[in-house]
Amino acid sequence: MADTIQSILKKFRQNNQSFLIPILQSVQEKEGFISKAATERISEHLRLSKSHIYGVASFYSQFKFNPPGRHSIKMCLGTACHVQGGDFLLHALEAEIGIIPGETSEDGKFDLDRVACLGCCALAPVLMIDNTIHSRMSVIKLKETLETYD
Amino acid sequence: MTEFKAIQKKALQEWLSLQNSPYPIIYVGMGSCGIASGAGEVWEQVHKTIKKENIKAQVHKVGCIGPCYLEPFLDIQKPGLPRMSFNNVDVQRTGKLVSEFTNGTGSKHKPLGHLGPQGKQINGTRSFWDQPMLKNQVRIVLRNCGIINPENINHYIARDGFKGLLKALNHGPEVVIAEIKKSGLRGRGGAGFPTGLKWQLCRKAKGNPKYLICNADEGDPGAFMNRSLMEGDPFALLEGMLIAAFAIGADHGYIYIRAEYPLAIERLKIAIQQMNDLELLGDNILDSGFSFDIRLKEGAGAFVCGEETALIASIEGKRGMPRSRPPFPVTSGLNGNPTNINNVETLATVPAILREGADWFSGIGTEKSKGTKTFALVGKIRRTGLIEVPMGTTLRKIIFDIGGGPLKPFKAVQTGGPSGGCLSEKFLDLPVDYDSLSQAGSIMGSGGLIIMDENTCMVDVAKYFLRFTSNESCGKCVPCRIGTSRILEILEKITAGKAEVKDLEILEKLAKSVKNGSLCGLGQTAPNPVLTTLKYFKDEFLEHIENNRCPAAVCRDLVEYRVIADKCTGCQKCVSVCPTGAITGPRSEPHFLDLEKCIKCRACYEICRFDAIAGDAIEIV
Ligand SMILES: Cc1cc2nc3c(=O)[nH]c(=O)nc-3n(C[C@H](O)[C@H](O)[C@H](O)COP(=O)(O)O)c2cc1C
Ligand code: FES
Repeated sequence: MADTIQSILKKFRQNNQSFLIPILQSVQEKEGFISKAATERISEHLRLSKSHIYGVASFYSQFKFNPPGRHSIKMCLGTACHVQGGDFLLHALEAEIGIIPGETSEDGKFDLDRVACLGCCALAPVLMIDNTIHSRMSVIKLKETLETYD
Repeated sequence: MTEFKAIQKKALQEWLSLQNSPYPIIYVGMGSCGIASGAGEVWEQVHKTIKKENIKAQVHKVGCIGPCYLEPFLDIQKPGLPRMSFNNVDVQRTGKLVSEFTNGTGSKHKPLGHLGPQGKQINGTRSFWDQPMLKNQVRIVLRNCGIINPENINHYIARDGFKGLLKALNHGPEVVIAEIKKSGLRGRGGAGFPTGLKWQLCRKAKGNPKYLICNADEGDPGAFMNRSLMEGDPFALLEGMLIAAFAIGADHGYIYIRAEYPLAIERLKIAIQQMNDLELLGDNILDSGFSFDIRLKEGAGAFVCGEETALIASIEGKRGMPRSRPPFPVTSGLNGNPTNINNVETLATVPAILREGADWFSGIGTEKSKGTKTFALVGKIRRTGLIEVPMGTTLRKIIFDIGGGPLKPFKAVQTGGPSGGCLSEKFLDLPVDYDSLSQAGSIMGSGGLIIMDENTCMVDVAKYFLRFTSNESCGKCVPCRIGTSRILEILEKITAGKAEVKDLEILEKLAKSVKNGSLCGLGQTAPNPVLTTLKYFKDEFLEHIENNRCPAAVCRDLVEYRVIADKCTGCQKCVSVCPTGAITGPRSEPHFLDLEKCIKCRACYEICRFDAIAGDAIEIV
């Protein structure tokens, strides 16, 4: 794992704050979240304090600080999805998998997050599991959709 | 430039050979919305079928043509005929279409329309452009979307691509700025600032290097105009950036794009690469002495980063917090240097203006709002998708003629996203332009139009937006940080049936002080959804407060679900979907709903085919 971080950091010049967000994005893409260890390494590379890095990372909703589940669910809570019942869907989803946004289920199967909009508003409500967008979702289709993941 | 003539010639040849192909050409609509509807599987099936049946055909991907509700689209072009478009195809139908329609036995498959000229029947098929959703549109920015392969620069070049750039390079920066000023183009990112004037200010500003930033953050949740455009015709944006950079004298360009748009990012990367290969980007572009490069910066999920000063902070690697203006970015932006920021649609409109002339452009639209505007038509409406209409088109025409109206009686239309407002029926004849919308208390915004009907609760909508803005408030200034949370608290009280009438006064006062006291546009506009709903839908607020009733049966605390025993056939469908096991009962007997366990997710209500579940607006005491 240390090597993954090393190979990411190699691509960015040292001591240049403008690389902080791209670095965080690369780390999250490779490891799924921003670990304490990763923060330490980034801090050395860019000569920024760990709390500074956390301050920037936590400002943006994209970054996670907990290990993700095997599948990541992103529930769209944009306006179109809200008007088409997205709130009800999230409610049922929380009950179905037993976690709320920001958490990972105990069996490590799913993690859940909300996003502002996935850009498929014409097909609302939508949710994304890993990289697949499930459009025109409904509470009814929820169970069978979740069952296709293991 | 002679070199470019050769490039053009080659591109045209490729495009014409496609149009005059002796073999069928198959196009699959592969925008994000198409893919979310299953276009990926359709794409695979097309390839499988041609391979299996040894069909000689070319396959191309295209972007979204607009009517997302009809996705996935599959177009087949046979020799001597225009493209025939088929809608809502699935894997099975794709296989049949590809094998039967291409060899001429598929006459039973009726296309939705042909992509040939409007008003003309071809082989008994009307034009795609004559459908109600399309015939009232004027497509300037979207002219290539769904038509060209967005991953092939030759398609773009063959359709007059880069002619605007050539003109710009020939006439010089001052002429370009004068032309854009004359066209009356105003920023499509929301505020409507005159584009030519912004460019002029940046050109005149002292400092080097200068930067050009394209704002592709598209923060309005419920809008996707920029996404669709970048996926369907990335080159139009990039050509617009080249022209803008040339006009202001910028050396470096950035596209700040939200990370939720992976496909748009990929298409832009491909487009940039292809432009680099043809030396349309980089050093000494087309031998003009003008050099420009473009980098992509992915946003990290913060609405406020769409605001220009916050966006710059984010590119610099900081927390995306806005700062007070002046100084404006045109004089002191990225790294303290002059920086011009424009929205995707603004920039993508520029090539057409230079190509066709400012007079042509300013002939479209209204006195103060020129040209066309794209809108994302979503929510409770029959025909959802992306449209482009002349400025000044009425809401009624957009919602009813183009969008087909809502299924249930119309209640409201929301424009401008979290910064905009909800307009009631009496505004349906309002022409959509910058000034009319702001007079009505809303804003044009970037182009999201969300239609709401009877089943939408307006208090809930106001609460939704305030939850959004209070979450997204960066926390820097007090009115916005504290004010939006306080407004949200009151709205929560109302939807829980716990408010008093005097809370409405407090609500209005608070909203006004947040509007006046906030540092940036986020806070200054965040109260708009509340102020407009309060103004135009006050009855609904009062109904929640005085009678503890939510007329639309949306507010969870004010609704209760029950089984109507007379109607329940005991089919157990609801039992199978209930996530908490709140419904029980043996087969063929009326079921029982345990209110203690019910989380009011509405699953039973939606699945019941016998109307045996009632979602009543209850009165709580
Ligand atoms: C809170 C907030 C969010 C914004 N989000 C966006 C956005 O997502 N896209 C955009 O183009 N402009 C957005 N803007 C407007 C930009 O600050 C800026 O005015 C615009 O990008 C200028 O481009 P234009 O002149 O081409 O419209 C936002 C403004 C505010 C206050
Ligand atoms: S609002 Fe859900 S995808 Fe846009």
